Amino acid sequence: MSTRAQAPTDALEEVADRAFRLSVPALLGCTALLLLAIVASATQGAAGLPVEGVVRALVGGVPGIDLDQTLSSAQQAVLWQIRLPRTILAALVGASLAMAGAGYQGVFRNPLADPYLLGVSAGAGLGAVLALGFGLDLSWGPIAALPMAAFVGAVLAVTGSVLVARGSFRDPATLLLAGVAMAALFSATQTYALTRLDETRSREVLSWLFGRLATSGWGPVTLLLPYVLLAGAVLWLHARHLDVLRLGDDEARALGLSPARSRLVVVAAATLITAAAVSVSGLIAFVGLVTPHLVRLLVGHSYRLIVPLSAVLGAAFLATVDIGARTLVAPAELPVGVITAFVGAPFFCVVLWRRKVGM
Amino acid sequence: MSEQPAHPNPSHALRTRDVRVAFDGTVVVAGVDLDLRTGEWLGLIGPNGSGKSTFLRSLVRLVPRTGTVELGDGSQPGPTDISLMPQSPELPPGMSVVEYVLLGRTAHLGWLSLESREDRRIATDVLRRLGLGDFARREVRSLSGGEAQRIVIARALVQQSPVLLLDEPTSALDVGHQVEVLELVDELRRHEGLTVVAAMHDLGLAARYADRLLLLEHGSPAALGAPDEVLTADLLSRVYGHPVRIHHVDGHLVVLPAPRTPTSGHRKVGDGHQKALSRSATEEVS
Repeated sequence: MSTRAQAPTDALEEVADRAFRLSVPALLGCTALLLLAIVASATQGAAGLPVEGVVRALVGGVPGIDLDQTLSSAQQAVLWQIRLPRTILAALVGASLAMAGAGYQGVFRNPLADPYLLGVSAGAGLGAVLALGFGLDLSWGPIAALPMAAFVGAVLAVTGSVLVARGSFRDPATLLLAGVAMAALFSATQTYALTRLDETRSREVLSWLFGRLATSGWGPVTLLLPYVLLAGAVLWLHARHLDVLRLGDDEARALGLSPARSRLVVVAAATLITAAAVSVSGLIAFVGLVTPHLVRLLVGHSYRLIVPLSAVLGAAFLATVDIGARTLVAPAELPVGVITAFVGAPFFCVVLWRRKVGM
Repeated sequence: MSEQPAHPNPSHALRTRDVRVAFDGTVVVAGVDLDLRTGEWLGLIGPNGSGKSTFLRSLVRLVPRTGTVELGDGSQPGPTDISLMPQSPELPPGMSVVEYVLLGRTAHLGWLSLESREDRRIATDVLRRLGLGDFARREVRSLSGGEAQRIVIARALVQQSPVLLLDEPTSALDVGHQVEVLELVDELRRHEGLTVVAAMHDLGLAARYADRLLLLEHGSPAALGAPDEVLTADLLSRVYGHPVRIHHVDGHLVVLPAPRTPTSGHRKVGDGHQKALSRSATEEVS
């Protein structure tokens, strides 16, 4: 055949062209999952909504598209004021934690890193205890006291870790240990503060600590969205740096990258996005750890694929899990963090088990 | 100026003046002055701990150094000017050969960090030139030692820096693959006008490929010159702390350890031994 001699050449060009690129099927598949999760989440709940009506409403909500609506106005209100804000919030929180997790895993070159590694959780927890239990009021503009306190606590804890490690972004191990120390310090303070609270208030704090997405209206979504867009863009732009860092610091530097600077930027972006997510949703475990692993199983180890696909899959994952949180013990509600941990912990165990066997 | 440059691209030349490295007060490299022509191959030799690796790493600022390092045109070299092939390159799990090689373009990318069509073309060209076209999809972890060295060379070439530093490029390879890798570098140096500085343990191979050798002793240059000037039994015996013999086999220099006798640290090699040893050495080298 005449094309035969040409074949290897084209094949090489094609392989080179596809390197580091998101494959269309993977992207479409993950996006389809996300859309499915959003529709499922929007239709399930105390008041069930018809799937067709919800899809019509969602598609009709896109500017420029006009569709006959079949939902009653009461159903429309449930959809737009209760169900959808919560679904979108779950998706945004999931995307934030998953992207941050991918970023941290890249920075520490450790696939078992998660976004709470440098003390975000303990810091946010302490902030929440102080705001809910002791009336600490840092509210600022439209941001209420609780999210603001959690955000400030989270950022303070990570800043503390970085300062203790003397800004040593050249040496991630030191940073990691500083994070452990700082998290212990903040957790201890938080636990001490909890013991000083009466039962009602401490229960309120505990339920926040396990993560909750209870929301009324679009407030938390608008609060989180700028962070997701900004920090997400920064993380995506630095995903290639994380790929280069996989070669080790020396080689990265010889290739013209500053590992310390790249780590600083990624840690800053991942911390901001995590702190913002935690401030509106509490501490939701394992999403940030598990999602990048799922993505690795799907598309391989390049952070340029892991970061964006983690965002999409993390969003789909948390939106789906939140259905369970709302419906499993209805009319009561499970903290969503409990379910993510129930799903995430066994997965984590399997990963550990397979690592052990693989070695 | 109408005067033609002496060689095709003077900026490929490398000049160092008084390069010094010290770790916590311990001097590791103690003042190295070099003038490398474009297309020259300098072999860096010396015992373990003599500062070969550290000197190479200091040239690309992986360790803090003092002194001057500049290109032939007087400019400060950056990652687009000097590439370093590390002694034991890290091969990340799950990374394909073509991805690994594309990472060599890092210093050439804009702030969006996206490889252009041109970047990808350069990578495929290099892969094809090194006969690695069929490997593009393979995982770097699945490669043999010789193949892995080739993709590291490919990554360095994709970096398109005219000065190539090799840190023990062949220490992990068998003799066949050693020669294969060094032949490849030699061919590239001839065709691309690359300037090569290679730290090597095998003195015979160093002598065979290098135009000049720099012998380091405790971080200081003990000798710099053509291989047959530097590879003398007296000098090597003193610097390496063990008596050695120098043999000539088919026009190549072969350095062999001599048995240590109670009296001789720096013994001259006897002629009778030389012939007998040469024969066995011939079989090994060719």
